[in-house]
Amino acid sequence: MTLTFEDFKPGHFGTFGPRHITRDEIIAYAKEYDPQPMHLDEVAASASMLKGLSGSGWHMCSLMMRMIYDGFLHKTASMGSPGVDQMRWLAPFRPGDDLTLDVEVVEARVSQSRPTLGIVKFKFSTRNAKGQTISEMITPIMIGVREPASGN
Amino acid sequence: MRYLEDIQIGMRRELGSFTFTAESIKAFARQFDPQPFHLDEEAGRKSLFGGLAASGWHVASVCMKLLVADGQRAKAEAESRGEEPPVGGPSPGFRDLRWTRPVLAGDTLTYSSEVVSVRATATRPGWGILQSRNVAVNQRGEEVYSFLGSVFLPQRGDAA
Repeated sequence: MTLTFEDFKPGHFGTFGPRHITRDEIIAYAKEYDPQPMHLDEVAASASMLKGLSGSGWHMCSLMMRMIYDGFLHKTASMGSPGVDQMRWLAPFRPGDDLTLDVEVVEARVSQSRPTLGIVKFKFSTRNAKGQTISEMITPIMIGVREPASGN
Repeated sequence: MRYLEDIQIGMRRELGSFTFTAESIKAFARQFDPQPFHLDEEAGRKSLFGGLAASGWHVASVCMKLLVADGQRAKAEAESRGEEPPVGGPSPGFRDLRWTRPVLAGDTLTYSSEVVSVRATATRPGWGILQSRNVAVNQRGEEVYSFLGSVFLPQRGDAA
């Protein structure tokens, strides 16, 4: 059964994960997309402001995308996203972390120009096993409407 | 990387270009964003995107790749002038990220970065925050991606 716009009401939607993070995947992403010392090398990373090897913030974004997909988007009438209002990298994520994704619906409305299209604004946040918040993202996702209103 | 004092609003860097092949679009999508319109040509054609489309996070990750490469070039240029460039800090996040148009298989994006604000921080003495608008345009000159990024930069302070 596919989730549609009608299934997303303001408030807490769900909690997903945990997703275990390995050192190898942190380094693999960093080598390809963000080869800064703090994401590649323990010794260089210990001298950085983040004090120890940590994943790229853009890796965090990509991992959140995957957790969103695995959590509910794979069974949702998703039509993509126009962007991200705000992303906050609040704390570094580390090899061995187990990340949990909290999903909150901030607001939900039907597009005025396309009555078959709903726009759901989400707040996604990740936290590690200690309960420390790692990241917060506010982003709209376009989701298909099950029964478009007629006559307007 | 430069010191905060060396940065002026409006400074612009050309970051270079990247071509999104169907193979690279699918490889990124399989790992991070396996929605059908990022994995399959036919599903892409039937979607709002109108073709096999790169994940927005792929477009964003490539921007970071080019930003880091540009930073390494700028560091080498500074060192060749006999300067000792500082090590920059991490980023607290970004705002107003927009995937304005789809990036389809075969598209070539050209990325650039322009400084929009620079200020000292009260919370971290010796550091400041640089904000830049980072943009990608496709081979037709259409803007497809932009975001307002922030990064910590050290101040030269009295040391210079």
